[in-house]
Amino acid sequence: MFRFIVRRLLQLIPTLFGLSVLLFIWLHRLPGGPETAILGERGTPEMRAQIRRNLGLDEPILVQYARFLRRLIKLDLGTSTSTKRAVTTEFLERFPGTVELTLMAMIIAIGIGIPLGYLAARRRGRLLDHASVGGSLIGICIPVFFLAYVLKAIFSEHFHWFPSSGRQDPTLGATRVTNFFLLDGLMTREWDAAADALWHLVLPGIALASIPLAIIVRITRASVLEVLGEDFVRTAEAKGLTENTVRRRHVLRNAMLPVATSIGLLTGGLLSGAVLTETVFAFSGIGAFVAEAIGQRDYPVLMGFIMIIAVVYVLVNLIVDLSYSVIDPRVRVR
Amino acid sequence: MRAPRPKAAVAAVAVAALAVAGCAESDRDSGSGGSKKDTLVFGVAGDPKVLDPSFASDGESLRVARQVFETLVRPEEGGTKVTPGLAESWTPDSTGTVWTFKLRSGVKFHDGAEFNAEAVCKNFDRWFNAKGLMQSPDVTAYWQDVMGGFAKNESADLPPSLFKSCTAKDATTVDLAFTRVSSKIPAALMLPSFSIHSPKALEQYDASNVGGTAEDIKYPAYALEHPTGTGPFKFKAWDVANKTLTIERNDDYYGDKAKLKTIIFKTISDENARKQALRSGDIQGYDLVGPADVEPLKNEGFNVLTRPAFNILYLAINQKGNPKLADVKVRQAIAYALNRQALVDSKLPPGAKVAVNFMPDTVEGWNGDVTKYDYNPEKAKQLLAEAGASNLTLRFHYPTEVTRPYMPNPKDIFELLSADLQAVGIKVQAIPLKWSPDYLNATTSGSAHDVHFLGWTGDYGDGYNFIGTFFDRVKPEWGFNNPELFAQFKDADTTADAAARTEKYKALNKAIMDFMPGVPISHSPPAIVFGKDVTGIKASPLTDERYATAEFKS
Repeated sequence: MFRFIVRRLLQLIPTLFGLSVLLFIWLHRLPGGPETAILGERGTPEMRAQIRRNLGLDEPILVQYARFLRRLIKLDLGTSTSTKRAVTTEFLERFPGTVELTLMAMIIAIGIGIPLGYLAARRRGRLLDHASVGGSLIGICIPVFFLAYVLKAIFSEHFHWFPSSGRQDPTLGATRVTNFFLLDGLMTREWDAAADALWHLVLPGIALASIPLAIIVRITRASVLEVLGEDFVRTAEAKGLTENTVRRRHVLRNAMLPVATSIGLLTGGLLSGAVLTETVFAFSGIGAFVAEAIGQRDYPVLMGFIMIIAVVYVLVNLIVDLSYSVIDPRVRVR
Repeated sequence: MRAPRPKAAVAAVAVAALAVAGCAESDRDSGSGGSKKDTLVFGVAGDPKVLDPSFASDGESLRVARQVFETLVRPEEGGTKVTPGLAESWTPDSTGTVWTFKLRSGVKFHDGAEFNAEAVCKNFDRWFNAKGLMQSPDVTAYWQDVMGGFAKNESADLPPSLFKSCTAKDATTVDLAFTRVSSKIPAALMLPSFSIHSPKALEQYDASNVGGTAEDIKYPAYALEHPTGTGPFKFKAWDVANKTLTIERNDDYYGDKAKLKTIIFKTISDENARKQALRSGDIQGYDLVGPADVEPLKNEGFNVLTRPAFNILYLAINQKGNPKLADVKVRQAIAYALNRQALVDSKLPPGAKVAVNFMPDTVEGWNGDVTKYDYNPEKAKQLLAEAGASNLTLRFHYPTEVTRPYMPNPKDIFELLSADLQAVGIKVQAIPLKWSPDYLNATTSGSAHDVHFLGWTGDYGDGYNFIGTFFDRVKPEWGFNNPELFAQFKDADTTADAAARTEKYKALNKAIMDFMPGVPISHSPPAIVFGKDVTGIKASPLTDERYATAEFKS
């Protein structure tokens, strides 16, 4: 197992190297540069030229890339061209928001998706089955930003039950420790701040959960149906095990492998930032920031964030692979 | 191996929660949170970039600076005229190059340091003696815009400095000397970038040390955490993780103290999301109201304030693009072809006006007595025929993915203008480009554009800031060289007497409308909205709203 983890982590190096080359070429091929974004309507050609020179953008791309690599080895991701703050600082302030939102969305998606998919499979062809299959189709089709506006129109504007924007009520003046607001609230015993942070997660969490929920329902249902038809289930039933035991120890557990894989992929995807949800809910996370950085041609932020996101994605999938051996002891990681 | 038990998982989470609980100190002031009626949360479209306005050129940084800092002179509330700020009066000498400012006494900075003539000179000397990266155009944009260069220019691209020296004659008298007469003085000193900082704080937090390397400029601590001015509010906290910035009442302010204890600026970049946040009560006001939202919000009872228009939307014509465009008849034909009134009526916010100059009528020097090009498609066709340009094809650039105060919906504007041009027989080749940076690059530094539209929001109340910005030199945007016009600009710029200068602006506006380098289209009043129970704020054409006077109706 240890060797497996080390091998997987070593595989990261060529992956990241390849990614950085592709990204670098792609970014620098985008028309325009940060100088126009920085200066707006006010820039003169001389000012633009000087900023390009300052940023080293007038040098050959190989020289620029070499400089990037030299710094990367020292774990220095540079400074944002638009905010002039360190890329790592920007990341550490925004990633916790994305993590909290992802966890909320996945808790909703898994908590509802697996039971619903399972029940749909058990009641195949009946009303619940049709409803959940149809509902999940809607969940996949409905644009997230539309769902977000509708949720806000109903639950924030009309009923005033949930806040419509941000991660926490700024008038609370909550203390920041880790930038995981929920955790910070618990750590500092500012219970109201923790509860408020959780409250702020509900609507964006639901909006973001819509697609993963639909996917999990469908995969769970298909997988359970497949396992239900297996010989060992019939055997288990025939040898007189209670229905509960059969379900839990034989059906669900065997059906969970593909579900776990998809959960891993979905979580990894959500962690790379939910651009629309974060923007619409004015939620401070990495997705909205990366989208802004593209408009600003903020090369250091784009390079840095996408590289870190790639690492996170690989790590999440590593954890999923490790979880296989927990779900199904027959799978041994080597 | 047995399946993990849900009960065990719940227990584990509970244990973890107990373990972290209370393991960090709360730094909350007792009584914070307090009464919500003492706090205004205001929605803004973007995070500020920096807290030291010397380094800022974005609207959100300047909005914060205007509450925390003060300048020597400031715009009248709700207008553009120069009125007293930290200086009570000011006079130029007979040459027009030395200005004497009489300062207010008894003013203190937020850190207790005293405001006096010496403090003013420390500030000007700091800007003027900028070294290294502080000379970068993205760091000191407004200084360079107004003053040009520095004591020792480190780049050949920088022009010589307009500013020469600052002398503290006594505690409340300061002389600012300039290298030549300029239309910018004193109006440009209203810009928040010329805010006066506490010399003590500047030194303590190493404010002039813009570090790092050219490719990654690092601001000093002062610019990110310790802005210290004399304004009615003090900076309290910038919470990037929650996208909020908090300022608090300065209880030692020398003038009328702020009515609310706390103002929180909360970033909500999406326009619709700002509207929803206002309706749901998350915020009690926001800026950059969509033109289509003005009426509905008014009808719902919100306080929608309309700023007097201080901007211009124009159609630029590049005389180097298509050789036919160098013919003034063709340019006039384009002007006659456009139905600007219809555009203003159908696509711009209530209160918008057709432009007859390249500056709004809120600025001195505006001239109603110029050649006007009222909609006349027949005349346009006739002029085109006379110029032998009946078969004209124009590459028409327009921006996508952007709204500006002067241009709420570029695609709609393009469609109307383009239809007008086609109606007189001009063929239009549409070239949509993403606003930043593609569009701005193509139209302001490229050479392959024939016509495009762009705009400008004024910085301070002097006409040169509009027409001079566009037409006082050869620019790739317009592609013409008109030495006579440039000389006329130079003459106006170096006229010290404000009244005489105003007359020269009027003459310039007339000359411009005869030369017809482009078509001024419209001035749009941007709107700002506050909650139903918020009063006391006066909309400013310069976006210089003062939150100190805001209060809740009880």
